[in-house]
Amino acid sequence: MTISLRNVLLVVGVAALYILEGSTTFWIFSGSWDSALKMLNFALIGAIMSLGVNLQWGFAGLFNIGIMGFVALGGLATVLVAMPTTPGAWSAGGWQIMAGLAMGAVTIVGAVKMYAYLPKGRLRNLMTFALIAVGFFAFRAVFDGGVAGVEAIDPAATGYLGGLNWGGENYKDFGWLTVVAWPIGGVLAAGAAWIIGKTALGLRSDYLAIATLGIAEIIIAVMKNEDWLSRGVKNVNGLPRPVPYEIDLQNDLGFVERAASWGLDPTAASTLYTKMGYAILFTVFLVALLWLAQRALNSPWGRMMRAIRDNEVAAEAMGKNVTARHLQIFILGSAICGIAGAMMTTLDSQLTPTAYQPLRFTFLIWVMVIVGGSGNNFGAVLGGFLIWWLWVMVEPLGLWIAEVTTAGFEVDHWFRIRMEDAAAHFRLFTMGLVLLLVLRFSPRGLMPEK
Amino acid sequence: MDFLNAIVAFSNYVLVPGAAYGAQLALGALGVTLIYGILRFSNFAHGDTMAFGTAMTIIITNGLLALGITFGPLPTALLALPFGIAATCLLVLFTDKLVYKFYRKQKAAPVILVIVSMGVMFIMNGVVRFVIGVRDIRFTDGERFIISARTFKEMTGLKEGLAIKTTQGITVVVAIFVVVVLFWFLNKTRTGKSMRAFSDNEDLALLSGINPEKVVMVTWMIVAALATTAGVLYGLDKSFKAFTYFQLLLPIFASAIVGGLGNPLGAIAGGFVIAFSEVTITYAFKKVLVYLMPDSLEPTGLVQLLSTDYKFAVSFTILIIVLLFKPTGLFKGKSV
Repeated sequence: MTISLRNVLLVVGVAALYILEGSTTFWIFSGSWDSALKMLNFALIGAIMSLGVNLQWGFAGLFNIGIMGFVALGGLATVLVAMPTTPGAWSAGGWQIMAGLAMGAVTIVGAVKMYAYLPKGRLRNLMTFALIAVGFFAFRAVFDGGVAGVEAIDPAATGYLGGLNWGGENYKDFGWLTVVAWPIGGVLAAGAAWIIGKTALGLRSDYLAIATLGIAEIIIAVMKNEDWLSRGVKNVNGLPRPVPYEIDLQNDLGFVERAASWGLDPTAASTLYTKMGYAILFTVFLVALLWLAQRALNSPWGRMMRAIRDNEVAAEAMGKNVTARHLQIFILGSAICGIAGAMMTTLDSQLTPTAYQPLRFTFLIWVMVIVGGSGNNFGAVLGGFLIWWLWVMVEPLGLWIAEVTTAGFEVDHWFRIRMEDAAAHFRLFTMGLVLLLVLRFSPRGLMPEK
Repeated sequence: MDFLNAIVAFSNYVLVPGAAYGAQLALGALGVTLIYGILRFSNFAHGDTMAFGTAMTIIITNGLLALGITFGPLPTALLALPFGIAATCLLVLFTDKLVYKFYRKQKAAPVILVIVSMGVMFIMNGVVRFVIGVRDIRFTDGERFIISARTFKEMTGLKEGLAIKTTQGITVVVAIFVVVVLFWFLNKTRTGKSMRAFSDNEDLALLSGINPEKVVMVTWMIVAALATTAGVLYGLDKSFKAFTYFQLLLPIFASAIVGGLGNPLGAIAGGFVIAFSEVTITYAFKKVLVYLMPDSLEPTGLVQLLSTDYKFAVSFTILIIVLLFKPTGLFKGKSV
């Protein structure tokens, strides 16, 4: 990237938005460093997601609107790695569930192979269908028994398999496992992306969009309903943390003294300290991924990707395997979204399947990429920070607008009440407006591709 | 007798709800498919257009009720429907002028238009929430049933009842009416013919003097009418919630694609295929099988292939199967 004055100003401007949030109570800013850091943490995660989507859309022109699903899979990975194994769950039915799943997988692979190898005709269709039907009922028979066994174990507290954390009662001492879970979240998302890519890539762009939209809904449905896996709508709470707990810091005399020397009371200092910890961890990951993405973009591989994006037919004529390259970058981009999803669940310390909403986890990320500048990694990251700031601040902004427009009215005037109610719904409207304005007047985004 | 009971139970839980849901999906998919045929992009804002039309209809219904006007045994919302359609027409025409027209003039790639429609989706979603909020709203009034399960049992002496809700009856009747009018319009009128010509071959249509702006305008108006009708029927049958309408996008797109994008007949067939598969696969067949099987073979479980929470998975799986084996859909749609 060439360092132009415009880009420097943009970065400084966005940074200023966050600093203002922390330092002043003027206008819509809250003047709380705590809220600014919280916003920054989510923005860092948003920037990573935006980086992943930029890889798919900006480099390769793939239209993926199932980001939410990959993010959720990343979150699931955190639970599967960092939560303690539920005692007795594996013997009560865990192995049986795995056997059932293995049977399901064997059935699908068998059906695909059978369809590929048998000669064309009615016999082939019938036999494939029969294999799937038999396989499905066998799968249900084995699987359902295992599920019942696992879900019966203390459903109010566990009722699921749990994770790989071997700490038992003291599982929270192994907080570093959550960081291990981040790349694993990426692997899980990559696996899902491989399955989707294998079936839906090579079809036209709208179909990939619908396919990814559908798979994201299915992933969320699985997480909401398969209690043995993710406790479903009961949520998994109390995930271990890679940073110290506030209460431990407040009980630590050395920390309290140091806080006092900064002129902070222990409570405020401890929340800032943990949030800073997260921010540093996230920044390390963001910088590493950004560096990798930049290297990829400027490598022969990156040039090939852009060549494919700009003219598939020409690239194919040059001997490039377009579908294979698309699959590759689709998997990479989705893996990055999975990593970000695992980070987000770690930051929340809980997995809440009902919280995954497509508007927030798919379409918002698209706004980030497009506003920032598709095809430019730095643009995507900048867009992540800017749009997340807007997403959070739109609510105070809406309240401010409501206040200004209704200044002349009585407190209980219907117009005033209406406007104050509406402030909460301002968010989606503003996001749409920003997206349309950028697409219309600056379609290449704030930091355009070179 | 057992056999009859089984048929009645099956109709009550699968056929009737499936037909109503299928009609709603078909109307939604018709809108998507028309936009695709004429304007050549997948309109992601369709679910929210439906939500907007329904929200407008609900507001007008409330107004009518406040004036003391009802529609006798039928839901008042049907009286309000034309006004809702008019409001939605204005909205989509306004959106087209303000947003889509620019990209049409530029001949932008379809995928850009899809992203633009995403922006429109956000805005419409915001507007709907602003206008009516996020709550679950029921706006059905009038008679609840055409035949209630009780009356049916008394009439026939069967053990199983067959209930047909008024809203289900209305859905099917209105859908048939709308489809007949639409096909008459497309096949018999001059404007309809020019729309089909435009959809089949844009260049030839332009050469023969068809005014593209007029075709686009008429398309949007028809789409607004279809979307509002579909939305109101769905809302009458179940309930209105802005987010549910957004989620309908997936089965609606699945219907349109399964039928063959750009093909109106396909959209209708697709709607029913998706609806019946969803309802059949997520229905617990125990009740039906108890009547059909001899006592010794009676099922112990629910005999439900998939839990109802996976109904999205059903439409999605059908979509994938059709895409893999017949990419242009059951009826021949556009492949590119």
